[in-house]
Amino acid sequence: MTFFAQLFITGLALGMMYALIAIGFVIIFKCSRAFNIASGQIVMIGGYLGYTFLIPLGLPVWLAIVVSAAIGAVMGLVIERLAVRPLLGKPALALVMMTIALAGALDGVAILGWGGIYETYHEVLPEITLTFGAVSIPPSSLLGLLVSVVIVAALLFLFRFTKIGLAMRATAEDEPVTRGLGIKATFVYAIVWVIACVVGVLAGILLGGVSGVSPPLAEIGLKALAVVILGGLDSIGGAILAGVILGILENLAAGYLDPMMPSGGGLANVFPFIVMLVVLVFRPHGLFGLKRIERV
Amino acid sequence: MPMLKVTNVEAAYLGVIRVLHGISLQVGDGQIVALIGSNGAGKTTTLKAVSGLLRTEQGNITSGEITLDGRRIDRLSPEEIARLGVSQVMEGRRVLEHLTVEENLMVGAYRRKDRAAVKRDLEMVFEYFPRIRQYRKRVSGYLSGGEQQMLVIGRALMAAPRLMLLDEPSLGLAPMAVQTIYDIVKQINQDRGLSMLIVEQNVRAALGIADYGYVMENGRIVLDGPSERLRDNEDVREFYMGISSSGARKSYREVKHYRRRKRWV
Repeated sequence: MTFFAQLFITGLALGMMYALIAIGFVIIFKCSRAFNIASGQIVMIGGYLGYTFLIPLGLPVWLAIVVSAAIGAVMGLVIERLAVRPLLGKPALALVMMTIALAGALDGVAILGWGGIYETYHEVLPEITLTFGAVSIPPSSLLGLLVSVVIVAALLFLFRFTKIGLAMRATAEDEPVTRGLGIKATFVYAIVWVIACVVGVLAGILLGGVSGVSPPLAEIGLKALAVVILGGLDSIGGAILAGVILGILENLAAGYLDPMMPSGGGLANVFPFIVMLVVLVFRPHGLFGLKRIERV
Repeated sequence: MPMLKVTNVEAAYLGVIRVLHGISLQVGDGQIVALIGSNGAGKTTTLKAVSGLLRTEQGNITSGEITLDGRRIDRLSPEEIARLGVSQVMEGRRVLEHLTVEENLMVGAYRRKDRAAVKRDLEMVFEYFPRIRQYRKRVSGYLSGGEQQMLVIGRALMAAPRLMLLDEPSLGLAPMAVQTIYDIVKQINQDRGLSMLIVEQNVRAALGIADYGYVMENGRIVLDGPSERLRDNEDVREFYMGISSSGARKSYREVKHYRRRKRWV
């Protein structure tokens, strides 16, 4: 039971980080019907940023998070201005192609800036280990859980209760209508990309704390895709829940199933995709995809 | 000086599919102007050229000019044109389905800063359309067609426009609902002096409230005049209202045998 609880808690933390990445993915999809192929690369850059600020520069953890988030925001603005705005009004596929190029460019940045070397920084994370009875939460998971819960709550508030959130939701539904009412599409896109980059970068820092950072961290983008498809492509709530579900399942698979494999592991990485396939068979629109409202 | 002046506008989609071949029309201050014509005549394209939405569909104004109060707007983005006080109600009741009725209306008021005035206008919209008041917290995708049309007109009103562009407000509505909507539109025009350009296939309804009308065919304006005169025009009566010159209903059997030549072709 202790073992289960342990896996459950760390899985929850992992799942919340997946949820962060997935939210970034979903809001871009909602607004422009395009997959952001580069979401994993943004996460990886986030991990490297976290490493740079924590180890060579030796900033405190909170400051490293804030500075990285700020850089993520600038990154979002630059991407919007240089790559998204020229494609406004063009088919969504053009934007997908752009994100493929962006993924390649960010991969290059990782090699250029950090040599593509595997780095870790979990040792500088604060040494708080929460213990409930026999269950102890490692600092990296605790930090991940705290930060992601705060960010997700803030985003949900933003989408639901603010004017900007209303503009975003409205634009996601019908861009020509909102443009015709004077809501600047470029402004909404800028906000969307800033949020996507900031949450990606934050998730990168948190994940890098758990497992270290190297270019293959970008593959987490694929896992986020599984999360997003499981949750329903255009549902933010679905992304959060699916992220948590997948994180927990992945950890449980690693804890219980991997030891039974002849090779001694490997199932944890495959597990999210198996779940995704099964869900797609039964619910092609994911668990919580928005229903198209059809009056009969 | 007319408020909106469209002069010799030509427009094309994808740079090659030309749909407007030199359209000129004007809307005076506080006037209701109807733009009528059959499918594919270019009515909607004309409206989109004015509101700037043409460009979001890979269309372009290739020549001519559009002015609002003497200021050229044909090169502005839809957002900028909206900020100048032009509000388009698009064809097919484009409600934001997953938002509530009130949220839809607030989207209309998005760019306005004066909260008290917005609140007043929200109340005003509910006065004009009492039927949607009871549903203000409801997801708008489940409203009936007539209610959705009321909602999108209300949403356009929330932007406090000076010129409203209405694209086929009668589309797919029961005759009673069409009458209600048109009565309210006329009322809004009279109360607020709001200028309107209405594109419509329901010629009887549109000319019923309009001051002036234009008839479009194949991307050109073929006839225009005060709406009483258009209503009495034989061709308009025959081709758009289905009434023959003697005043009797047209028999569709006859139509097949003999098509009267339109005078303006």
